[in-house]
Amino acid sequence: MHGRTTGRRPGRGSGLDRQISGPFDRMNITLFIPCFVDTCFPQVGMHMVRILERLGHRVTCPEAVACCGQPAFNSGYWDEARMVAGKTLHHLRDAEAVVIASGSCGAMLKVFYPQLYAGRPEEAAAQRLSERTWEFSDFLVNKLGVTDLGARFPAKVTFHDGCHGLRELGIKSAPRKLLEKVRDLELVEMGDAETCCGFGGTFAAKFPMISTAMGEVKCASAAETGAEYMVSNDSSCLMHLQGLLSRQGKPLKTLHLAQILDPQ
Amino acid sequence: MTARERILARIREALTVPAPRPGAHGHDAGHEVHPATAATGRPVHLARAWLPPGGSTPEEQLTRFAAASAELKTDFRCVASEAEAHAQLRQIADGEGWKRVASHHAPLTDAATAALGRPTLFTDGGYPPDDLEACDAGITTCDVLVAQSGSLVVNSRTSGGRALSVLPPHHVVMARRDQLVGDLTAAFQRVEALHGRNWPSMISLVTGPSRTGDIERILVLGAHGPKKLTVLMW
Amino acid sequence: MSTAARQFLEAAGTITRNLRHRGLIQTALRKYETARDRKKAAFHDWSSARQSAAETKWDAINHLDTYLEEFVAKLESRGTKVHWCPTGPEARDTIRGVIRDAKAKCVVKSKAMTAEEIHLNEALEKDGFEVVESDLGEFIVQLRKEPPYHIVFPAMHLTRDEISDLFERELGSAPTREPEELTMIARRALRRKYVQADVGITGANFAIAETGMVSITENEGNARLTAALPRVMITLLGIEKVLPKMEDLALFLPLLATAGAGQTVTGYNTLYGGPRQPGETDGPIEWHVVLLDNRRTELLADPEQRDALHCIRCGACLNVCPIFRNVGGHTYGTTYSGPVGSVITPHLRGLQDWKHLSNASSLCGACTEACPVKIDLHHHLLQNRRNAVGDTPSWIERLAWRAHAFAVNTPALYQFGQEVARIVEPLRRRLQGTPLDPVKSWTRTRDLPPVAPESFKEWWRNRQ
Repeated sequence: MHGRTTGRRPGRGSGLDRQISGPFDRMNITLFIPCFVDTCFPQVGMHMVRILERLGHRVTCPEAVACCGQPAFNSGYWDEARMVAGKTLHHLRDAEAVVIASGSCGAMLKVFYPQLYAGRPEEAAAQRLSERTWEFSDFLVNKLGVTDLGARFPAKVTFHDGCHGLRELGIKSAPRKLLEKVRDLELVEMGDAETCCGFGGTFAAKFPMISTAMGEVKCASAAETGAEYMVSNDSSCLMHLQGLLSRQGKPLKTLHLAQILDPQ
Repeated sequence: MTARERILARIREALTVPAPRPGAHGHDAGHEVHPATAATGRPVHLARAWLPPGGSTPEEQLTRFAAASAELKTDFRCVASEAEAHAQLRQIADGEGWKRVASHHAPLTDAATAALGRPTLFTDGGYPPDDLEACDAGITTCDVLVAQSGSLVVNSRTSGGRALSVLPPHHVVMARRDQLVGDLTAAFQRVEALHGRNWPSMISLVTGPSRTGDIERILVLGAHGPKKLTVLMW
Repeated sequence: MSTAARQFLEAAGTITRNLRHRGLIQTALRKYETARDRKKAAFHDWSSARQSAAETKWDAINHLDTYLEEFVAKLESRGTKVHWCPTGPEARDTIRGVIRDAKAKCVVKSKAMTAEEIHLNEALEKDGFEVVESDLGEFIVQLRKEPPYHIVFPAMHLTRDEISDLFERELGSAPTREPEELTMIARRALRRKYVQADVGITGANFAIAETGMVSITENEGNARLTAALPRVMITLLGIEKVLPKMEDLALFLPLLATAGAGQTVTGYNTLYGGPRQPGETDGPIEWHVVLLDNRRTELLADPEQRDALHCIRCGACLNVCPIFRNVGGHTYGTTYSGPVGSVITPHLRGLQDWKHLSNASSLCGACTEACPVKIDLHHHLLQNRRNAVGDTPSWIERLAWRAHAFAVNTPALYQFGQEVARIVEPLRRRLQGTPLDPVKSWTRTRDLPPVAPESFKEWWRNRQ
């Protein structure tokens, strides 16, 4: 897919996808960086920024947006969730496209904001935001039409499908299409790839023994593949799984998809 | 207010508020209500459109029924004639050492039991349950056979009662080829045609011998019902 | 925290550490998934089949009064005695009355989750009746004096050795490792009961309004025997089991079997439309159908969750639920376990006492995906949580969420919080594992990721 393009384009190397349909449309992409990514996994955000800018788009990240409100929402405290969601909705109202590193936060904005604001004045705004929100891999593959980012990652990896991304947002093939194009990467599917890792937000803290058991089952499935890395499109899953692996001294390492796709 | 009236009143009260139509959620959503449903207001199954295929010709149906039977461990024998079926029946009886069989009076079973020539308990008009329990096999007719699932239908009025086809350890069915239909929808239609509005009190869709997976999910045949199911068809 | 919630947490804590149990259940359910996937693949269009089933059940439940009346009228016209029971105790009393009137001594039973729901066996045994569970799995757990582990596979949690030991103890049989021999032991023990029993009690999977029949799905043939020989038959079913037409079974029987057990259809699917009719040679002289409400009408009155009544009790949601797979059926401490149980139990037994089951979920959605009638299960769990809070909020938790909202909404405070987290991290590490550990529910089994020296926003700001 090396189409002729118009306009100034950064980017290098053959094999790097350009925009496939017609003249290049530079987008203004607003990154939503959830609090745990901001605080503990900033590199995920950094890689996302570099990838999107290399594709020629302008990236912004509003200072004031820190949380989607899912923790309170999942706990049943919808009024309190709206305190947070309202701010987020406000700050993202003019965004052309909102891209998120996590399927669960993505689902919150895309699927649950319209429910949270059903019958309320903000309903239309929530609906509009929903239509302009994407999880990162979904955005790359299905909105930008890009699968080859010129990346190389010589290792055996297995992919964990974060549940919210999988079942609320329907994301299954997008991450795999991206990984397929990564040079020297060997992707092996684990049994139970679609089984929940056990994070589940506040569930991990309220029912830690069940959460841990679920994580152990997932880590065992991943280990069975002989992969060196377990990759996911959801940092919250990875936080939980890596926490288990580190505590148990297991050799399996975890990475977010963005860390693999960024050629640097 | 009677209990009946109480419950019905609660139901009507509850239903004054409508519930959303199904399936309108999840990324599997976007299912339009089928045009036939929209037209009649009642779900139209068109079950054939999406259930596993039963076969559109008699030959295909026979093949399908045979394949299903093999998977179910039903002993299905399609032979050239009724006489051949009787020969097979005698063979089975000899092989298993049947001392006494049970059956009911119907053209196909009367011919079969006569050809078999063993002491026979006929369940018509009543029978001692202990006697039935002691029989080695129950020989019955059936209403219809179903290629899609490898099933057959018996009933409490013209198949010798409720227990005949399920109490003895070996159930043998005497069937004609024209009793085979493609799928479950056709089977229910055939049953309705046969019994009109005078339904037997029991109608049973039998699919293979009795089985259980309750112990470590391992398949065992003959849990309570017959361990063996044989279909002799001509 | 309710007693039930406390018991749940305790039981979950114990069983999740039992790696033998974990292995057993994971293996069993993976086998199920393989079988199910094979049978699903045989459908031309599984997705449309589910949609059609969902629409049919919507029709049935949203016109429940009409269909129930039709069902009952047809049943009564052929000599069946129908009893409407608004509550569990009324259903129990009705059934006890029938059994007493029949002057029965021995009662044989086939599988009926509604009977578990109303604790029928205990009541009958207290009255001095001998109640024999005929379904092999139920027979096994009855001997062990424990409730069924799973609504479709009651003895899933037991190995053959445990079953052999049980039979040796309770039945005096010789020990064996062969499932076939164990099954034969049960078969022989039950044979006499079928012939001797005065009363047979069954459940039902569907109630066909059009023809006035119940449909019973099974593999073993024990329900057929329960309905064949005793002179009095009782069928207990929830009012939500209604299906409009007989032809609906051509869709529902394969769906139930595929989703529930990975089979095309189960071994016996039997329609019963009356007691012994004129000209019939056997069958019960009396047939009593007991219709149970037991707060189903309350669930019906919640339009958001009404579709939970579409449930055909296939067990698919249990089988795919990662929580169920790790804690097992007994941990739930109530008749209906797994996702559907977590959804409906608050309605049937009280929201505040049973909301914890809706909380004990990661909301992964595997249940909703597996449900053959497309019940929006995992979203109902979310709604139960919201309803529980709306009903009786925890003021501490409310305060905590408000504080959280304030913190994340105030950038200066949020950044300050990050700074603090960075500074106290070494201290937090030292406290890890001690009673002073503020995040010990996490750190008991997992490491926390380190706070990055530079947050994303800091990096971003420096970049501008």
